[in-house]
Amino acid sequence: MAAASGSNLSSEMEVDAFRRLFPLRFHERHLLQSIRPDGRTLGKARDTTIALGAVTSANGSALTKIGCTTMLAAIKLEVMTPTAESPDEGCIAIDFHMPPICSPIVRPGRPAEAAPVLAKQLSDTITSSGVIDLKELSLVGGKAAWMAYLDIYCLDADGSLFDAALLSAVAAFSHLRIPVVSLNDEGRIVLVSEDNGGGKLEKEPVNKEKRKLKLDSLPFSLTCILHKNYILADPTAEEESIMETLVTVVLDSSSQLVSLYKPGGPVPAHTSAIQDCVALTRQRLKELQKILNGAISDMEVD
Amino acid sequence: MEIDRGDGRKANQLRPVSCTRAVLNRAHGSASWSQGETKVLAAVYGPKAGTKKNENPEKACFEVIWKPKTGQIGKPEKECEMILKRTLQSICILNVHPNTTTSIIIQVVNDDGGLLPCAINAACAALVDAGIPLKHLAVAICCSLAKNGRVLLDPNKSEEQNMKAFVYLAFPNSIQSVLPEGSLQVEGEPMEHGIITSVTHGVMSVDDYLLCLDKGRAASEKLSVFLRSSLK
Repeated sequence: MAAASGSNLSSEMEVDAFRRLFPLRFHERHLLQSIRPDGRTLGKARDTTIALGAVTSANGSALTKIGCTTMLAAIKLEVMTPTAESPDEGCIAIDFHMPPICSPIVRPGRPAEAAPVLAKQLSDTITSSGVIDLKELSLVGGKAAWMAYLDIYCLDADGSLFDAALLSAVAAFSHLRIPVVSLNDEGRIVLVSEDNGGGKLEKEPVNKEKRKLKLDSLPFSLTCILHKNYILADPTAEEESIMETLVTVVLDSSSQLVSLYKPGGPVPAHTSAIQDCVALTRQRLKELQKILNGAISDMEVD
Repeated sequence: MEIDRGDGRKANQLRPVSCTRAVLNRAHGSASWSQGETKVLAAVYGPKAGTKKNENPEKACFEVIWKPKTGQIGKPEKECEMILKRTLQSICILNVHPNTTTSIIIQVVNDDGGLLPCAINAACAALVDAGIPLKHLAVAICCSLAKNGRVLLDPNKSEEQNMKAFVYLAFPNSIQSVLPEGSLQVEGEPMEHGIITSVTHGVMSVDDYLLCLDKGRAASEKLSVFLRSSLK
C-alpha cells in the first residue's frame, strides 16, 4: 500500500523495509490517505476492554487493554492512623511499575525513566479530579482510616500508557469492595471474616453499609499526537517514537478539564488543535464510560 | 482594577523578574533567573561526544539534572526533568551537533511558586549563554485560576495553594525575522501563540483554560521582550 507505483527508490523496496528505513515517510504516506498503518482512521482509538477483579487477593483490581497496551491495576486496603492535619481522611498511595517484560526499552535491573513520571502524573490527576472523597476512606474519626495502595503494572507498553493506566485505576476503584471491620475490646480495628458471618459476633461492624466507594465524576483521558496538521488519537508505541509531540487531555464525566498535558515536542499546539483534541476526548469519554459501565454490569450479573 | 492579591499586585501583574548570565565560571553556559522570591540557577555543559542509550544518535541529545533546594530527588523532580528535557529539545536545532549530549543542571535556589516556568526560562537563558543553536527562545509563565473565576498571573506559593487550578505554559518567543510576511502564521495564528508545554493542576472548564491561554500569551510577550533585552 505504501510502496505504491512510482519510479522513486521507495517503490522498489518491500513495504516492510520501507517502514523500517523511512518510518516518517511511511507514516506520512498513510496520513495523506487519512488512514494509519493499523487500518484506523486518524481520530479513532484502538479497541478497549476492561476486566474487573483480575487479582483475587486484592480488594479491587482491573485489567485493561487498549489495543496491545495492557495494564493491571490492583488496590490493597490497610488500616492506618490518620495524620493530625486531616483526622477524618484516608490516604491513597499510587505507584506505577514498568517491569522489563513490558517493552524492549526497559532493561532488567534499571528502572524505566518513564515510570516515576507517569506515577506522578497519575496521582496528580486522581487527586485533583476529586474522584475519590478521602473522607469516605475514614473509619473512626482521628483513630483509624483506610490507606489505599494502588499499584499499576504495565504488562505491555504499546503507546498511550497514561490513558491505559488511568482507565485501569478508575476501573479498579469502581471494583473496590471495602472489607467489613469491627472494633475489638482493646479499641483496635479487626477484620470480620466473611465466612462465619457477622451474626455470631457481639461487636457491630464499623462500616456495615459502606462497602463501596462513592465515585463522582470519573476522569478519562485521551492522548493525541500532533504532527503537521494531523491529529492522531491513541497512538501506538511506534507512532509515539516517530512523531514526538504528544498531548494528553483528561476530562471528567461532567466535561470539566482535569488536565491538559503537553510536555514539549517539536510541534506547537495552537488553539484550534487544542479544541480538536478536547473534542476527540469528549467522544472517547463517552466510549470509555460505556465500556466501563458494561464491565461493571457484567460483574454484577456474575 | 482593584488590588486583591496578598502582595498588592494586580491580576495581570508579574513579580519582578531578573536574569543574570554567565554567573558560573566553569560551566559552558549559565544563567540565574528569579521571579519574585523564586530563584533558579541553570548551568549547561556540553555538547559532549556520544549519546545515552535509547536516544537517537542522529540528533543532539539532552540530559537534565534537577537539584532540589534540599533533600533527595523524588517523583516530582523526575517529572520536571522530563518536561524540561522535552521542552528544551523542541526549541533546539538538533541536527547541528548529532551524536552529542548536552547536560543542563538546574539548581533550585528558592521555591516560591511557579518553579517549573522559572526553570524553563533559566535553562533557556543558559543555553543561549552556552551558544547552543536554538530555533527560537521559549518563555514560560504560570497562570492561575482563582475560585471566583479570575485569572491571576504568576502566583506565588501561598496563592498557588489557594487556587482552584493553575497552568504552566511555555510559548515560543516571537522571531524578529527576515522571513516573508505570513510564513510564521499557522492557521491564521502567529507562531508565538502555539504552546510548547502545558501542564495543569486542578479542575477547570475548557473555556477557563482557553482564557488562561490568552492571558498567558499576552504576558509571555512582555517576558519575551525582557528575555531578549537581557540576552543582548
